[in-house]
Amino acid sequence: MQIPAIEVHDVTVSYNRKPALWGIDFAVPEGKLVGIIGPNGAGKSTMIKAMMDLNKLDSGYIKLFGKDIQDVRDRVAYVPQRGSVDWDFPASVLDVVLMGRYGKKGLFKRIQKSDKEMALACLEKVNMLPYINRQISQLSGGQQQRVFIARSLAQEADLYFMDEPFAGIDATTEKTIFDLLLKMRAEGKTILVVHHDLQSAYLYFDWIILLNTQLIASGPKEEIFVPEYLQKTYGGKIDLLTKVGEMLGELQVPPREK
Amino acid sequence: MQTFIDFISLNDPNVLFVVIGMILLGISSATIGTFAFLQKRALTGDAIAHSVLPGVCLAFILFDTRNLWVLLGGAFVTGWLSIVCVDIITKHSKLKADTAIGLVLSVFFGVGILLLTFIQQSGNAAQSGLNNFLFGKAAAMHPDDIKTMGIVSLLIIIIVLTFFKEFKLLSFDPAYAKSTGLPVTVLQLLLTTLTVLAVAAGIQAVGVVLMAAMLITPAAAAKYWTNNLRKMIFLSILFAVAGSVIGAYVSYTDNKMPTGPWVVMMISCIAVLSILFAPKKGIIPKYIIRKKYVNKMLRENILKELYHLEEKNPGKKIFSIHDITSERAMKSSDYKLGFRMLTRKHLVNKVVTGYGLTNEGQVEGKRITRIHRLWEMYLTQQLQIQGDHVHEDAEGIEHIITPEIERKLIELLDKPEKDPHEKIIPY
Repeated sequence: MQIPAIEVHDVTVSYNRKPALWGIDFAVPEGKLVGIIGPNGAGKSTMIKAMMDLNKLDSGYIKLFGKDIQDVRDRVAYVPQRGSVDWDFPASVLDVVLMGRYGKKGLFKRIQKSDKEMALACLEKVNMLPYINRQISQLSGGQQQRVFIARSLAQEADLYFMDEPFAGIDATTEKTIFDLLLKMRAEGKTILVVHHDLQSAYLYFDWIILLNTQLIASGPKEEIFVPEYLQKTYGGKIDLLTKVGEMLGELQVPPREK
Repeated sequence: MQTFIDFISLNDPNVLFVVIGMILLGISSATIGTFAFLQKRALTGDAIAHSVLPGVCLAFILFDTRNLWVLLGGAFVTGWLSIVCVDIITKHSKLKADTAIGLVLSVFFGVGILLLTFIQQSGNAAQSGLNNFLFGKAAAMHPDDIKTMGIVSLLIIIIVLTFFKEFKLLSFDPAYAKSTGLPVTVLQLLLTTLTVLAVAAGIQAVGVVLMAAMLITPAAAAKYWTNNLRKMIFLSILFAVAGSVIGAYVSYTDNKMPTGPWVVMMISCIAVLSILFAPKKGIIPKYIIRKKYVNKMLRENILKELYHLEEKNPGKKIFSIHDITSERAMKSSDYKLGFRMLTRKHLVNKVVTGYGLTNEGQVEGKRITRIHRLWEMYLTQQLQIQGDHVHEDAEGIEHIITPEIERKLIELLDKPEKDPHEKIIPY
């Protein structure tokens, strides 16, 4: 059997003792365009952050290409939510995309001409070449998103985690990004996209993970887009689980005996 | 005047030393301060600055020496300890960072003052000069102290240059930095350590109380002038060096005067001037841009109304103020200003009976009328907005549409003859 791109086993993550993800299990094969779908507060961002070891796991493990994240960092790229940074930072579009090269370069090494050419090629893929010297504080939301995606492309990874890349952007950017995702999939990349709009999800992705604190379902979209699962994901939180989760938060106790 | 010449000619080797020391201090504190500012950790700098005092005093009590290396060691320990305390409080209590910083800052500073008073009362001979650490005294530094300070500053500058790109990424997007495998925790630790060092290096020259201003104010001022990190650091350095050299000069001319407050006053003046006058971002340039636009709208509105009057009264060229204000209600101060500007630009002629458009004025009036009506067409035809809603919108848009957009509008609408209100669009 082929090693899956992502294997998540019994993962629980909590913020301030209150579980945001609870006993999650799934695997994603390589080369899929995957949507992580769920309502607000379902733990979608937490899930991809956990996969990159940005959040501590309370239980379980996560393997990427059959290995620990630390051993495959150079094969993984991350597109954080646009709103997670201060765009008033003194940097140009090219500066930000070049940041995608830092991880490959490592400490002490300087950015070279080849890195610059690489960054320009990535900017071209998202139609941002005319803006390379623009200050990032002057970009529109859609342009900011494209800069972030170009930065992840500059990492030359095999597995991409994108947090809400389609949120609050214009139609042109949406089309640019979607076309790019299709191209990346055709090149054999695996892409995980956090997404909250059910309507477009069916159109965009070929593999769906439905999440609402617990895993509702995961698999090819045809199997997942059934009323039963969708109802479970969006039809209000599962009462008992929510209640016990809140109790853990109040009592400040860990969800596992460790 | 003579003291000033003595100072800037740097003939006195002691003055030379002090100036070099102050320049190095300015460079190191502004560099590290820029990163603290961008990480929104300005208050952390303040907490560190106040918290080095007990360390300095303890080192003095324990080792009974004024050797700056020893005092720096003490300053470093308590400066660091304060940051650890802030971290522990925010992590394990419900208190937020600003509260934790406020608490730690005052407790550490309070203990520092307590120890300082104790030293003064113990009548230790060598203590003379220790209270200079509160507000700084550049001129009282020994060449050895300045060497120490210079070495620490150089160390900071070298480390920042080495890790420049990492510090930049860490300040902009720490989560992403971590995802790429950069040792974020270590780098943050290094940056905090350098902040403590920068503060400690300045205690003798600027004093603990005001060292935070040395870190943050130059960066805050520099942000007004540029959107490029390297330029921003360069400008903060310039501001900090200017402030600290002037501070040193004052301290040199009057040895009762502490250095710190003067340094801070000078840097703050630069900051205030930046906030007011920096191009684009400054308050006054912004106001001027706005004012210019308001005047442009006023001029264009008058030209447009004159053109409308010509349309309605074929053959008539001169219109009275009354004609114009009955077309469009305007305050008398406004139209007086508007006509003054328009006659100066030769767009309007003033005669005894009123005002008339010159040839250039007519072209302009026609252009604005055309854009107004084209925009109304665009809104009704392309965006399906009701005809009675489009006028107000066009009133605003007519002043900002460029010839390029105008061409596109004409192309898109296929050069329409009339606007939604059946008025002829003049070409």
